[in-house]
Amino acid sequence: MVSLEHSEAAAAGTPRRGRGSRALADRWRALPVLARNLLAAAAALLGIFLLTSVTSPITDLHIASVGYYMLAVAGLQLLIGFSGQISLGHGAFMFIGAYTMALLVLHQPMLPLWLNMAATVVVSCVAGVLVGAATARLHGPYLAGATLALAVGLPSLTVRFPELLGGNNGLSITTRGAPPALSGLITNSQWHAVVVWLTTLIGLVILATISSGRMGRRMRAIRDDEAAAALAGIPVGRTKVIAFVISAGCGGLAGASHTYLLGTATPSSFALTLSLSLLAALVLGGLGSLWGALWGAIALVYFELWGTELAHSLDLSTNVANNVPIVLFGVLLILIVLIWPQGLHGMVRRLGALVRRRG
Amino acid sequence: MNHFIDLTLNGLAAGAVYAALALSLVIIYQATRVINFAQPALALIAVYIAYTVTQATGNYWLGFAAALVTGLVLGAATERILIRPVHGTSPLNAVIVTLGLLLVLQGAAGMIWSNEPHSFPYPLDFRGRFSPSDIFALASVGVAALLLFGLYRATPLGLRMRAAAFHPEAARLTGVRVGLMLMTGWAIASVIGALAGMLATPPFVYPNVLDAVFIFGITAAVVGGLENPFGALVGGLLIGVSLSYVSGYAGPELTTLAALAILVVVLSVRPDGLFTRPTARKV
Amino acid sequence: MPERPILQIESLSTSYGAVRALDSVSMSVPRGGICAVLGANGAGKTTLLRSISGLKRVDSGRVLVNGQDLTRTPAERHVRHGLVHVPEGGGVIVELTVEENLHLGALWRSGRRERAVLLQQMFDLFPPLLKRRSQPAGTLSGGERQMLAIGRALMARPQVLLLDEPSLGLAPLITRQIMQTLHDLRAATGLTVVLVEQNARSALSITDHGFVLSQGAVAVHGTSDRLLSDDRMRHAYLGF
Repeated sequence: MVSLEHSEAAAAGTPRRGRGSRALADRWRALPVLARNLLAAAAALLGIFLLTSVTSPITDLHIASVGYYMLAVAGLQLLIGFSGQISLGHGAFMFIGAYTMALLVLHQPMLPLWLNMAATVVVSCVAGVLVGAATARLHGPYLAGATLALAVGLPSLTVRFPELLGGNNGLSITTRGAPPALSGLITNSQWHAVVVWLTTLIGLVILATISSGRMGRRMRAIRDDEAAAALAGIPVGRTKVIAFVISAGCGGLAGASHTYLLGTATPSSFALTLSLSLLAALVLGGLGSLWGALWGAIALVYFELWGTELAHSLDLSTNVANNVPIVLFGVLLILIVLIWPQGLHGMVRRLGALVRRRG
Repeated sequence: MNHFIDLTLNGLAAGAVYAALALSLVIIYQATRVINFAQPALALIAVYIAYTVTQATGNYWLGFAAALVTGLVLGAATERILIRPVHGTSPLNAVIVTLGLLLVLQGAAGMIWSNEPHSFPYPLDFRGRFSPSDIFALASVGVAALLLFGLYRATPLGLRMRAAAFHPEAARLTGVRVGLMLMTGWAIASVIGALAGMLATPPFVYPNVLDAVFIFGITAAVVGGLENPFGALVGGLLIGVSLSYVSGYAGPELTTLAALAILVVVLSVRPDGLFTRPTARKV
Repeated sequence: MPERPILQIESLSTSYGAVRALDSVSMSVPRGGICAVLGANGAGKTTLLRSISGLKRVDSGRVLVNGQDLTRTPAERHVRHGLVHVPEGGGVIVELTVEENLHLGALWRSGRRERAVLLQQMFDLFPPLLKRRSQPAGTLSGGERQMLAIGRALMARPQVLLLDEPSLGLAPLITRQIMQTLHDLRAATGLTVVLVEQNARSALSITDHGFVLSQGAVAVHGTSDRLLSDDRMRHAYLGF
């Protein structure tokens, strides 16, 4: 899979035993980062294709949802985990992406999907530049407050411009399924999942490449000690804005995937809860590693499902059942911080180390 | 002109609520350098307790008192159980813990009292321009602010609390029990939060009823400067009146965006809020 | 039989992570003694004071004040046992006024009236503070800040006063004034002072006993006169 973390993950992902495999591992490590990431992404996409060819359409939908949540959380990881800026309003960029996508499909129906996606990235990056530049001087709690207001304020635009944005009902679009040429080979739901994951993996390759490069080192330097980073000649303001823009682009792309997958964009899907859930997923997955985004996104999608299922199977009243997922999520957040600050990724890594020691 | 006066008066009454919430955030921020994102949820539970007590006794003011007591207990418990363990670690930890608590308490409120809205009474008559309820809102927040000022400035407890917030180590060396003081600060802040909740909730109570108010409260606190209680009060009234104009002249759906705009404009001129003293607090 | 020492430290050890900061330090200070703790930077002087006053967790050993074991007592309780620590830089709270800082020193023990009397005594001892009583402590000069720090400590009516480099950054004249005040207080009330100093010569000239720390352990100790006159020791540890 994608080499999301630098040497460690690459080492963990490659088997250690056998002379032949060691030579292979060495050759793998000798590849440039970008090539490694691309190869891993291709492998991951193949994996998604194979996985979705045996799963049911509803599971395909869940797998695809994990995909776009992962992209959004990974973008947030770059912002919070790497550059140390706390944003509580990342749902706002998903909102922008989702509505841009919907508007493009509605008003320019002839444009190909990839162009729509690209346009969405541009729009959300522009939004990221605006917000990032406006908030670049803000630190800690002030940034959190501003982004919080953004996340709550932006969706109310839909009510202000009901003709364009559809008011509280939002916008509905129809997306094409699998191309006719592939119709015997791939189901519609599988095609959707593959498209979403392709988008996500492209985003992840970019994130992984950036974070292991010079820009990533600068961000971590700023996160660890802003004053020292400035003294060392790192352009602090610019780096922070760049982190903001990249993560806004990922958020927008994730929002576009959301609209593409579900065929709707409604203001209620981008309420404050979404922004908080993204942050929660990030912490749950583990701060500081892009792998955390995967575990966080899986948790985000499946907690909701399991929580609801659990509540139903226990025959709880609707009042209780409706609130099980949110309470579960909150409890987990608190426990993670108090007991397991490295998040799920820390746990996975420790397990991996244990297994390797045994083997 | 009449419309303008109405909007101003309404804005002041709403602003009093934002000011109270902002004040509760600032007290906690000063003491522990934490933004208490769980504040609306603590207030929400207090309001639901008031609802239950009022239902049971038929007396609004018994419910009111119960809300304040609930705020006190919840605030103290939050500090002791959740905040003290993450004290001195990454600031993100406190953010996450309070957000987690927000989710838990809002969910718990939905479980106990259901997600459906229940009607919730105003303290006094609420009809007409600048109704008795509006006056009550302004007056109670004003009294709370004065009491708080008196407590901080003129009592040994207030002196201890300020010392613990400004310089915990020096405070310990003079015999101040710093942990106890921070807990007291959280308790007092949550009482004021509960007051804001009681004023903001009517006519209906439901688990998300305080979310928007909280956004305006945090905007007010940030605009006023998180270090300054006086700034929180001014910021609250400022936001209240400005948003009342925006809502009256441009449309109520724009208020959150207007709050964001005010916040961005103020912070771009003064990144630490309007009233934060320029002296850097490095000891 | 000699009187029990007011401050007794028995093989105190503590560390920062894997680094040992104090290695089995023992010392005893008689009532009314003024003693200096000397040593190079990083010898453990400040750590010693912080360990005595409870700010730093101790690995092993004991701290006894008036025969009472305070080793595991939290720092905020020490003032109740008559021991007050003035940390490096004084630890005045710059946001509070001079008067509030002083009040803080006596809050734990006394009522309003007693505090007013004590406050007046402090203004008599340190006259420059009087005309600045309602200014924030952040506006004071270095010397005034040190006076305020010591004044706040004295408001607690301590039996033992731990002072961490009170002369840092001050003019020698002011340092001498402050030390003279402490000597007077010892004569009047039997105050005991433990003084951490970088400048060994001036510290030994105003104290009656000296302990020299080196790498977290007591290297030499003795009366100040003896330490001043022992050339070999001076060259080895005190560098003059």
